[in-house]
Amino acid sequence: MASRSDAGDVGGSWPKHETEVALGVNGEEERLVVDTRTTLLDVLREELGLVGTKKGCDHGQCGACTVLIDGRRANSCLVLAVTLEGSEVVTIEGLAQDGLLHPLQEAFVERDAFQCGYCTPGQICSGIGVLEEARQGWPSAVTADLTAEQVPLDDDEIRERMSGNLCRCGAYVNIVTAIRDVAE
Amino acid sequence: MRPFAYERAGDAREAVAAAGGSGDGVMYLGGGTNLVDLMKLGVETPERLVDVSRLAHDRVEPTEGGGLRIGAAVRNADLAADPTVRERYPFLSQALLSGASGQLRNLATVGGNLLQRTRCAYFQDVSKPCNKRRPGSGCPAREGDHRNLAILGHSDACVATNPSDMAVPMAAIGGRVRVVGPSGERAIPLPGLHRLPGGEPQRDTVLEPGELITGVELDPLDFAQRSRYRKVRDRASFAFAVVSVAVAVDLDDGMVRDARVAFGALAHVPWRAARAEQALRGAPATPESFAVAADAELEQVRPLRDNAFKVPLARNLLVRTLAELCEVGA
Amino acid sequence: MATAPPLTPAVGAPLTRIEAREKVTGVARYAVEHPADDVAYAWIVQATIAKGTIRHLDAGAALGHDGVLAVIWHENAPRLAEVDDGELALLQSARVSYRGQVVAVVVAESLESAREGAAVVRVDYDAEPHDVQLRADHPGLYRPETVNGGFEPDSEQGDLEAALREAAVTVDETYLTPAFHNNPMEPHATLAVWEGGNLTLYDSNQGAPSARETVAKVFELAPERVRVIVTHVGGGFGSKGTPRPNIVLAALGARHVERPVKLAVTRHQMFAFTGYRTPTVQRLRLGADGDGRLTAIAHEAVSQSSTVREFAEQTAVASRVMYAAPNRRTTHRLARLDVPTPSWMRAPGECPGMFALESAMDELASASGLDPIELRVRNEPDADPENGLPFSSRNLVACLREGAERFGWSQRDPAPRSRREGRWLVGTGVAASTYPTYRSPAQASARAEPDGGYVVKIGATDIGTGARTALTQIAADALEAQVARVRVEIGDSALPRAGVAGGSMGTASWGTAVVRACQDLRDRLSSHGGDVPAEGLEGTGDTAEEIQAQEKLARHAFGAQFVEARVDADTGEVRVPRMVGIFAAGRIVNPRTARSQFIGGMTMGLSMALLEESVLDREFGDYLNHDLAQYHVAACADVGEIDVAWVEEEDHDINPMGSKGIGEIGIVGTAAAVANAVHHATGVRIRELPIHLDRLVG
Repeated sequence: MASRSDAGDVGGSWPKHETEVALGVNGEEERLVVDTRTTLLDVLREELGLVGTKKGCDHGQCGACTVLIDGRRANSCLVLAVTLEGSEVVTIEGLAQDGLLHPLQEAFVERDAFQCGYCTPGQICSGIGVLEEARQGWPSAVTADLTAEQVPLDDDEIRERMSGNLCRCGAYVNIVTAIRDVAE
Repeated sequence: MRPFAYERAGDAREAVAAAGGSGDGVMYLGGGTNLVDLMKLGVETPERLVDVSRLAHDRVEPTEGGGLRIGAAVRNADLAADPTVRERYPFLSQALLSGASGQLRNLATVGGNLLQRTRCAYFQDVSKPCNKRRPGSGCPAREGDHRNLAILGHSDACVATNPSDMAVPMAAIGGRVRVVGPSGERAIPLPGLHRLPGGEPQRDTVLEPGELITGVELDPLDFAQRSRYRKVRDRASFAFAVVSVAVAVDLDDGMVRDARVAFGALAHVPWRAARAEQALRGAPATPESFAVAADAELEQVRPLRDNAFKVPLARNLLVRTLAELCEVGA
Repeated sequence: MATAPPLTPAVGAPLTRIEAREKVTGVARYAVEHPADDVAYAWIVQATIAKGTIRHLDAGAALGHDGVLAVIWHENAPRLAEVDDGELALLQSARVSYRGQVVAVVVAESLESAREGAAVVRVDYDAEPHDVQLRADHPGLYRPETVNGGFEPDSEQGDLEAALREAAVTVDETYLTPAFHNNPMEPHATLAVWEGGNLTLYDSNQGAPSARETVAKVFELAPERVRVIVTHVGGGFGSKGTPRPNIVLAALGARHVERPVKLAVTRHQMFAFTGYRTPTVQRLRLGADGDGRLTAIAHEAVSQSSTVREFAEQTAVASRVMYAAPNRRTTHRLARLDVPTPSWMRAPGECPGMFALESAMDELASASGLDPIELRVRNEPDADPENGLPFSSRNLVACLREGAERFGWSQRDPAPRSRREGRWLVGTGVAASTYPTYRSPAQASARAEPDGGYVVKIGATDIGTGARTALTQIAADALEAQVARVRVEIGDSALPRAGVAGGSMGTASWGTAVVRACQDLRDRLSSHGGDVPAEGLEGTGDTAEEIQAQEKLARHAFGAQFVEARVDADTGEVRVPRMVGIFAAGRIVNPRTARSQFIGGMTMGLSMALLEESVLDREFGDYLNHDLAQYHVAACADVGEIDVAWVEEEDHDINPMGSKGIGEIGIVGTAAAVANAVHHATGVRIRELPIHLDRLVG
């Protein structure tokens, strides 16, 4: 018999550190005291009750937690809340205006671009990021002409740009169509 | 995740001062895409984080000599989209765009990308031995799963690979990494930031404790306009490389006047292929001489039990990429 | 009743999902997203040996960590009642049966404290040598009494060996499939709330009523004291078909700290105790005469289970149904290893089994010089080849023919490696799909309200299949009412009992009960002269007897899948720009959501073919690539055009809707179609999944 043990070198107790942070979430100013370890994702879900942002992997590997930070799509699971002083965060709950769905939300419904719906908020936030990135002329890994100022969002471009959002139900075909609908 | 103190630095000197000289238990936080991940896994256990993501090193500026100065806090997405990069160093833009995902590239910084740690599965699992994580504990990858680990430059202690895409064309271009530390500023030549594992696999780079990367200066490379980064991976996107290659060619009437070649995912460092470059210089731009060049570099390989496929893969990839750049059939 | 204007049938209409708006605005609540006051968080501690015993567990450091409320392990955990699933005997002994098994749970004030508390629980083990490697010659292989689905493990007809000896053409090959993990996007999770001896569980599972029964048994509670609520589920694919450790541990933790407790399994942990598809070793032997008519089919499958629980996958069972042949054999052998317990994953049995059979059929077509579609047509049986039962309906040939037409199969040069476009070697492949059509008993109620609305209740679950929408359509037609007038309530164990969302039998099982409840309501309404009384009127349905009494028939759905594969001649990279799937799956209740289901199945099949593999760490005994960066599921860029269609079929020997299940058939055969296309492109036959570039690089 062999003997093994774990965590042997980590025995002490370190006090947690709490810090105040002020950030905007869906247009509201939030002042929070957070454990320095807390991610934006966990602040949204556990402190602010904004559970629309999903936790699929907690390690930046699935995209379900995608939100818009200062207008750009980002994985909220890898962003420490404490770093966000003064930032503006928009989540899936902040997209519809006066009960009117964002065009991409409409397109997702119409194209049946989801099944279980768990990756959907991240897909939609990511899709909005993609539309904006393309508008700014950002190339992607499949863009043939890197110096082109305009990048049309064809299906291959959408597929590549949306690959940071996994969907296990396999709704990609419909997701691509929904984003193309809005891009056109 | 172990509790840690957090501090946002106003400038690089302040950051270095906050790190307190020895750097013990203190880490700099950039985009967090690798560090926060590793902290959740218990692989990194800093007691204090110094946030450098908002330092003023956030610009991309052409230098007078035709090179490029890139701030360490520039986000990967911004560098990839930068007009000068797209025009002068297209393979750098391609490498950045082939890394991670759009939302990760929006967070990840240039400094952090250079310092990202290996994706070896054993390194990431604190319940298993790993010489890189816990020196002297052993390397299970050598006999275990190493399909995507090193075939070049590895040691008995470590067979890990460097996961960066961005660093591969940077190694091909050459330049300097600007750092500031407890004993002042210095420049580390590129390639040269990353090191082979040898007997100290815990050290990924030549950075000294407490040193902070403030930027990268890329040398001018006129012929990089004819360059390409080609990444082979298992998944069509959002995956680390199995093999990648960054190639730039200076073509003159059917002859290769000069070339730059670097491989990714083959070694503990982005692998500048000096032997291949040497073989290409002055050679006719033909598939045959491309193959000679690839073989010259890959003579040095020491594949492990399950990753010998990387040898023909790297060879074919280099030959093909050269052929495409030179517009000759392969 | 007053004469109403004629209604367009709701069944067959492409309704958008009823919960669509909730899902795209982020208000749909999944398990731990339900609100609770004063909630605490639990985190699981996993074993770091594959076999042995816990010598000592030191909770001191964890308890000393800021915010940690409790550490629960086998020495201080309450005794739980034994249930069939040994994986639910949590924290009951010092024994460790696989690496990653639950050894403790930490409860804390915050997620951060729970995670760190779990990290500093110190466990000392006495480790024993482990045995984790499945082999076709494993000395421990045995024949299980039955395999999943209640099938006999073996079947034998005629003289197989003689037929193989005498066959004009034979194929004898072994096919390997690795372990696969379900990886639904929502990790398994539970919010447990105790109130005065009553337990409410907001859980992510595929069947609230059965989860309630199991949990009640584990805690020795009367079932009516337990309520399981499953409003929305972020996918399951079989892994949430049975209660997982999280539901028991959350309840246990909540009782311990006397507060509501949330427990979300991490993605890493899902690779240990939430189930997976067993690896298989499958030997296929086919014999045919000179015209390509099968004389012999043998399918011998080897798979694994844990030492905790026997799960024997029915890998070879599809070969009992697919093709005619007088001499046949199927066998299943199982090895019990020191590994996590495998379980259901989308089309358990059919999915890996049909990879082997349909690859072998392609090899037989090549060996016989026959077109692979023609080969299948020639071996179409008149009745179930093993038990002789007539098929309730079987339209495989129509699927093959129509698919060939849509795909453009006739232009195919059968010679491998005959088409090159620049760097790409291009090939096409075909494979058949099949999945059985079952129903499980269910109860439902239908209520008419005086305002003209209807409420239909059934303990069904929508895990993303569109069940909520389909049942609404079925109810509307059965009530002859507008869809907008019908509200269907599902996802709660307090509703009439219904079986799990699994085995592609949800809509058939629940739909039948809904139809019967609605018919009962209409009968009652008639006897009230058509008027709804002020207090409303309710009808009920229970399908137990109906299903018991149904005629013995072979009931299966069929399909055909076509794939174009491109293989990079230099790097071995495989891309699949185009797939076509044609299915004969009865009446399609909702074309919009059905199309999504078929596409989703094919997408997962493509992912299985090219990407997925749970890599066993032989030294340590666990699945090494336990996250979504290392375990690759298909990303958007991997998936090209997928064209899905179905043949007209309405099968009233199946259920009153004439429908068949569609949740699983889409993944059956895909991997073979991809492998067959890769063979056609390159001349290289891949018999071991996944089709990684290592196997193709030139």
